[in-house]
Amino acid sequence: MLSAYRVLDVSNRVGWLAGRLLADLGADVIRIEAPDVNIENSDWQAYHVNKRLLRLDLHMPDGQATFDRLLASIDVLIESVQPGDAIAQHLDWNRLRTANPRLIQVSVTPFGSKGPRAGWGATDIELMAAGGAMSLAGEPDGAPMRVTVPQSYGWAGAQAAIGALTALVHRTANGVGQHVDVSAQAAVILASSHAAAFWDMEGINPTRCGAYLTGRSIKGARYRAFWPCADGYLNFMVYGGPAGRRTNTQLMEWMRERGAPLGVLERIDWIRFDPKLATQEEVDALEEPIAQFFLTLTKREFLDEASRREMLGYPVSTMADIASDPQLSARDFWQDVVRPDGSLQRHCGSFAVIDGVRAPLRHAPGEEVDVATLLAELGIGCTERQFA
Amino acid sequence: MSAISQALAGVKVAEFGAYAAGPHIGKMLATFGATVVHVESRSRPDGFRTEYPPFKDGKPGLDRGGCFAIFNDSKRAVTLDLKNDAGVNLARRLISWSDIVIENMRPEVMSRLNLGYDVARKLNPGVVMISSCNMGQTGPRAHTPGFGSQLSALAGFCGLTGSSDGPPQLLYGPYIDFIASSLGAAAVLAGLDRQRRTGQGARIDLAQYESGLMFIAGSLLEYYTSGAETERARNSDPHVAPHDAFPCRDGRWLVISCWSDREFHQLAKILGRSELDEDPNFVTVDARKANEKALSTIIGEWSSSQDASEAAAQLQAMRVHAYPVNTIADLFHDPQLLYRRIWRRRRHGAIGDIACYFSAFDLSDTPGDVTGAAPLLGADNEYVFCELLGLSGEQYANYQSLGAFE
Repeated sequence: MLSAYRVLDVSNRVGWLAGRLLADLGADVIRIEAPDVNIENSDWQAYHVNKRLLRLDLHMPDGQATFDRLLASIDVLIESVQPGDAIAQHLDWNRLRTANPRLIQVSVTPFGSKGPRAGWGATDIELMAAGGAMSLAGEPDGAPMRVTVPQSYGWAGAQAAIGALTALVHRTANGVGQHVDVSAQAAVILASSHAAAFWDMEGINPTRCGAYLTGRSIKGARYRAFWPCADGYLNFMVYGGPAGRRTNTQLMEWMRERGAPLGVLERIDWIRFDPKLATQEEVDALEEPIAQFFLTLTKREFLDEASRREMLGYPVSTMADIASDPQLSARDFWQDVVRPDGSLQRHCGSFAVIDGVRAPLRHAPGEEVDVATLLAELGIGCTERQFA
Repeated sequence: MSAISQALAGVKVAEFGAYAAGPHIGKMLATFGATVVHVESRSRPDGFRTEYPPFKDGKPGLDRGGCFAIFNDSKRAVTLDLKNDAGVNLARRLISWSDIVIENMRPEVMSRLNLGYDVARKLNPGVVMISSCNMGQTGPRAHTPGFGSQLSALAGFCGLTGSSDGPPQLLYGPYIDFIASSLGAAAVLAGLDRQRRTGQGARIDLAQYESGLMFIAGSLLEYYTSGAETERARNSDPHVAPHDAFPCRDGRWLVISCWSDREFHQLAKILGRSELDEDPNFVTVDARKANEKALSTIIGEWSSSQDASEAAAQLQAMRVHAYPVNTIADLFHDPQLLYRRIWRRRRHGAIGDIACYFSAFDLSDTPGDVTGAAPLLGADNEYVFCELLGLSGEQYANYQSLGAFE
């Protein structure tokens, strides 16, 4: 959908996903790296597949001159300049917009390009802390936790793509570009769903709840969310309401079919069952036979059967579980690309299916384009005068 | 709406969505000027109105829910009975009017209502329609129902949170839904831009599951490449120490990470322990990783005598990565978030003043805004169907008598 557009990506880790998403949507994305930057790590490769690589040192006059020549022909620039960075002046918005009034410049930085903490340094763990997400994960009486795999960069990159495209729709109507200023900290707030409403409306400060769900019973009972199974964990909740009713009665049927002891579950009327009214003793008693039953199941067995029975609940996947999930292969989610050395590399494919097609990944990570080729593609002659 | 022309001014959106994954897409478009019509019915209001707290004064009610309010500001709300021909008729008129249709029902529900893409495209060839659901529109488990909170386990996030010797951890709310809504918004905007240039519509099939995997794409590639499984590891990073949250005197926590020996040198100075810099147990990153526990104890002793905000400012002044762990309450007075005006208070018709989240990005020329708190159920029926879609007063009354707005 975006094949009409060319994007230059000079962002750092916080912005990498933005260009990947635009590339998945069809844009021609050129990633710039200095000649000595090592790209042989999984994160770089995963977020730069579908982009082409241009080796250019933006800290050298030559590199800057080439950048300026490219600038006139690009639609979107993604960068991560913080105040005081050596490259800040060269990527100054007023300078670039004078050179190319149609340019959309997207700054993806930890805190945004202005404000009292714009110059603060932050990596994923500081951003997950600053955006509130860490306060909501971990054991209630323990330290706040982040997701082990960096998430703030995803939140920021996704918002950067939305910002770029919002500005692009405006440019298509009005012809002028603008500056998009993304704060990763503000983007991370999205991970906390509606938690802010509790503070704003009720003065309740939501906290982390570990592996159990609390706050559902007026008698203070906590409900188990993670259950050991034969080969890992399952995520399952004893819910009430219509959804819980179906899940709970299906589980009873399944346990009966397998000859699993039901214990106190025999006596529960799931139509009337209300998790709000249960005491901890009652919850423990009804969770016990379920826990025993789940110990006999593998994650895949649970996934297949729960899905067939339209029950709520999923296994807690590892990378291997995800890699072997038939749902993903049926939808051609995984895509192989040929690396420059001839080897195959398997990636998450384009993130959406558009008009019935998951657009194939067009470039292996690190597929290089040289300056002359790129300039020729852009129709920029070698004699063209450079701007100041 | 302010006098400034907004980026998405004139963009028309119909949202047949509920809960988070659909409505959050519409919210992001509304913030930058799109006219977004949220469709519900009186018999089946958005579940976020009724099913989850918080409620105004703790009392549930259709217009009292904070959950609905936070994802539906700046929109119009209409009610249409989609089991009634008159209601479906108006839904089709709404689709004909729209540039973008958002739906996050289970697959085939829209088709069964005769409002699927095949119908929509005949009514409106340029329409960009996104269908967002757990598993996507196709595949062996397409019809599996599911909540985003649990899908976050299937997509790896819960298993990647916690200690290696403990259980997985819950993430707050339907974590993965907001990844999907973000990626979904990018996709509809790309479709909209193409429509504006070429007139062509688009059908977008977005699986919330697959969207989530984009946030762990590096770990999945690593698994395919080397067979190595990324596992939960509390707050540690494989190559960095220190890299953790430390308790402070004021009851808050402080995150610190040191990515170079220079940074650790500065930290040691602030701790008043410059000798650590030459201690063989801590002098290199490998040594610090090997003695991470001892290092944590030393930093924890120091942090326990500090207030988190002052300590973070002191560390940042010396170019050491640090930030207080903001609780949700803290997000309302964080100086950087205040500077960006992330929270904008608007008057809600039933709740009163309410804080609405603005946007993670600012646009220089078309700044966007929260134009109003979330609408009451069906508040805009007359405005949308008469003013925007052009029904006469008589036609509107006729539809009303047929039960279209129930």
